[in-house]
Amino acid sequence: MQTVSLLNRFIYTWVILFILWYAFTTSLEPAELITGGFVSLVVASFSYKVFTGSGLKIFMPHKLFFVAQYIFIFILALIKSNFDVARRVLSPSLPINPGIVEFNTKLTNDFAKMVLANSITLTPGTLTIDIVENTFYIHWIDVKSDNPEIAHTEIANNFEKLLLKIFN
Amino acid sequence: MELNYLYITVLVILSIAFIIGMLRFIKGPTASDRVVALDTISIIATASLVFMGYIFNRYIYLDVALIYGVLGFIGVIIIARYLEGAL
Amino acid sequence: MEILKYIGIGLVLLGSIFLLLGAVGIYRMPDVYNRLQAGTKATTLGAMSLILGVGFMEPEWLVKTLILVIFIGIANPLSSHVLARSAYKNNQMPIIKNGIDAYKKINDSEKSEEN
Repeated sequence: MQTVSLLNRFIYTWVILFILWYAFTTSLEPAELITGGFVSLVVASFSYKVFTGSGLKIFMPHKLFFVAQYIFIFILALIKSNFDVARRVLSPSLPINPGIVEFNTKLTNDFAKMVLANSITLTPGTLTIDIVENTFYIHWIDVKSDNPEIAHTEIANNFEKLLLKIFN
Repeated sequence: MELNYLYITVLVILSIAFIIGMLRFIKGPTASDRVVALDTISIIATASLVFMGYIFNRYIYLDVALIYGVLGFIGVIIIARYLEGAL
Repeated sequence: MEILKYIGIGLVLLGSIFLLLGAVGIYRMPDVYNRLQAGTKATTLGAMSLILGVGFMEPEWLVKTLILVIFIGIANPLSSHVLARSAYKNNQMPIIKNGIDAYKKINDSEKSEEN
């Protein structure tokens, strides 16, 4: 992960915290906004070193386009996984064939790994159990193969391609 | 007053979900199973708080639901870390 | 604005049905990991869609409900991931049909280091 300047990271933290402040208060009164700006400035000055490593890059337009595409794919997968769960839960014989598989990821950014783990948990039939460095351990409700390559293409490929574009 | 039927339907479905989760909570058999049931119940409670806010037309219920969700999340994580032996 | 209201009613009904489905999944599945699988997915989409439905029915609340939806989408998978790991470290062996358990070796090596 290439490092970016401290000022860049500080401004990124400030902007994100201020957006959060606005979202929690949802009021446009000047007093609220000034207080929010001040409070997020103070909190950002304490926490910007642990808050982010990649800085403002993510606000560039073509990355925002990939973020929108990611969210779209993710919501489709979430709906599909719910119908999968419905089918398994409601059928009287409980069609499950569980096992735990592993695969390696190409992602290096910690935040990207967290997003990938959360997405895997919410896609059909898979649940992230642990991440050790670059290896994901996945509980798979319907195991197709214990080969890491096949598990990788079956479970994570779509998400990982987009995340590589967003975070690198 | 078709909307009243909506309130009753949704609240009955949520209560049944709550009771089924509670059955799993009582049955057990291990601590991990109980925490899983607790997690599910707290999410159902968050959703029903939001819906009750709509019924009573009180905006403040959304803040209550948010705080309830955050506290449930932190509680589940602390219990899980304890079971893991990390605390 | 009538149409938004009907979309909201549909989302609320769908959400409550998925929440019920999550609870049934918690009850019927045979071990912790499968319960987490069914419980997390169904309750996440159920809560998201119910809360978003309320947001559609009361358009002034939309921003706050979106915050709740995003929070649930981030927090719920995280807590299920922590729970799955703690169950495994707490010696709850999953039901495995084919003998595929790649995580066992990591867990065993950690234990032998402690002893």
